[in-house]
Amino acid sequence: MDNAFDWTFFSEVLVGGLLAGVMYSLVAIGFVLIYKTSGVFNFAQGSMVLFAALTFVSLTERGLSFGAALAVTAAAMAVLGIVVENAVLRPLVNRPPVTLFMATLGLSYIIEGGAQLLWGAQVHALELGIQDTPLEVSGMLISKFDLIAAGISAGMVAVLSLFFRYTRTGLAFRAVADDTFAALAVGLRLPRIRTAVWIAAGLVSLVAGLLWGSRLGVQFSLSLVVLKALPVLVLGGFDSVPGVIVGGLLIGAFEKLAEVYLGPYVGGGIEGWFAYAIALLFLLIRPAGLFGGRTLERV
Amino acid sequence: MSALRVNTGEGREPSPASEPLLRVAGLEAVYGASIAALHHIDLTVRPGEIVALLGSNGAGKTTTLKAISNLLPAQRGKVSRGEIHFDGHDVLKKSPSALARLGLVQVLEGRHCFRTLSVEENLITGGLGRSSSRREIAEDLEKVYAIFPRLKEKRKSRAGLASGGEQQMTAIGRALMTRPRLLVLDEPSMGLAPLTVQAIFKALAELNESAGLAILVAEQNAAVALRFAHRVAVIENGTSVVNESAAEFRRRSDVQSFYLGGGATIASGEAGEVLLQQQQISNKSAHSTF
Ligand SMILES: Nc1ncnc2c1ncn2[C@@H]1O[C@H](COP(=O)(O)OP(=O)(O)OP(=O)(O)O)[C@@H](O)[C@H]1O
Ligand SMILES: [Mg+2]
Repeated sequence: MDNAFDWTFFSEVLVGGLLAGVMYSLVAIGFVLIYKTSGVFNFAQGSMVLFAALTFVSLTERGLSFGAALAVTAAAMAVLGIVVENAVLRPLVNRPPVTLFMATLGLSYIIEGGAQLLWGAQVHALELGIQDTPLEVSGMLISKFDLIAAGISAGMVAVLSLFFRYTRTGLAFRAVADDTFAALAVGLRLPRIRTAVWIAAGLVSLVAGLLWGSRLGVQFSLSLVVLKALPVLVLGGFDSVPGVIVGGLLIGAFEKLAEVYLGPYVGGGIEGWFAYAIALLFLLIRPAGLFGGRTLERV
Repeated sequence: MSALRVNTGEGREPSPASEPLLRVAGLEAVYGASIAALHHIDLTVRPGEIVALLGSNGAGKTTTLKAISNLLPAQRGKVSRGEIHFDGHDVLKKSPSALARLGLVQVLEGRHCFRTLSVEENLITGGLGRSSSRREIAEDLEKVYAIFPRLKEKRKSRAGLASGGEQQMTAIGRALMTRPRLLVLDEPSMGLAPLTVQAIFKALAELNESAGLAILVAEQNAAVALRFAHRVAVIENGTSVVNESAAEFRRRSDVQSFYLGGGATIASGEAGEVLLQQQQISNKSAHSTF
């Protein structure tokens, strides 16, 4: 029976990959939100993830309950978003994208440094109280943690979608994302909208930070989840929320499948670069990403 | 009937002289560090008045209008000299959204609808900047649909898929949702069929008459703009060269150069025989399109 393809195992790997992919999407969505309203690739997104996780875990270690720590961290992320938008990006508005990118690059080091100053540099374990026991679903063994994490991420995405669909701020956000200059001309208050989006991105970072933090441990390398989100953004398009969701799922799935099926032949370590290989291939074939930059045009 | 008056253009005189709603004086503007786009623009719009801003390609109409809405900084441009006052407020010290709340709003060149939003969502965005209540938005939507009934039919469809005329109506409707006192329009006729242009200008003229809405409209289509405006300003190479009543402007033969899309001799006042003849020809053709 050695040669028969084990479909159950394949499905297990695939589902595991998809579930991890949802978490990639979550980080990538934080980028998309800011990119769509401010036109800036926010390199500091990873530091925000780290900052959120570190703040949360440090607060619980100092005796705060889960709920209290969550609330305080959420408030801290909101304040961070407001400060960044008002103190850093607003003065730089109308500057070339490179300037804005450099600003977020600098910001990412400042946020990391600030986190270190505030909470110290040691590694923390983050316990969310979700057991990582395998769950049997129609013959497949699936990580309960992955399942719940994916569920939380999906819930977050759903909440964001509803917010953007049905609220005034959401409508204003979509308008700005569509045509910033027109939004300005028609009297929309861009600074407010951008601040709201930075707050939203901060909350997304919080959720991503908790999920990734409890999987990888809360340490400074956590900010490198940015590097996981990058191929997802290339695949999905920097300006497309549905794009990065699909992109995250694809990267997650391909990465796991490659790791399991190709890994043995190339000597392992494949998950470090495989996503980038896919992204690079995509850049050559379809630079705008799966759904990105597709403008609605009347022919 | 007001529609008739729009078409003939006769008898449309400016409202009695009063404090200008908009006053532009000695405006000079540059793009980037040094690309001079405007050298010296003087312009006024009084309450309830329709002013046509004419000029050939690249004369500086769009730049002037963007300066008026303080939109130049967003295009890496800036006003380097001169002043702009709207209803006593220094425009250059106000953000575009603050200006919109004061009652000055612009319909941009090229329409700039929010393409992925529905027509109705586009309209609603006009009410967000001034924080209109739900009820106000509902009322204003009905007003816009009364002015442009086509938009009501299309309200649920994506603006990006609407026709050029529908997009222009959407852009105007969106601006009206801010409840303006001065509506600034940049080439609303661009790329539209004559009948659509006529419908749009007729709607604007009615708004002007019924609500006293002041209008400043830049146009290359001088024929249409002149029929509807009270007063005319002409820009040539970044300098305003004419500023007079539309009736007087029409009487002068040097209007001619606009019909031909030229503009080199507007200020010179050398009304030659040739120009007169050409005017008659183009007047005929202008009328035949309506
Ligand atoms: N964003 C910009 N950057 C640099 N120069 C510009 C910019 N926009 C316009 N200009 C220049 O400023 C001058 C005036 O242009 P403007 O667009 O105001 O003219 P216009 O009268 O609106 O022309 P049109 O009828 O073609 O719309 C032109 O010389 C143009 O090349
Ligand atoms: Mg123009």
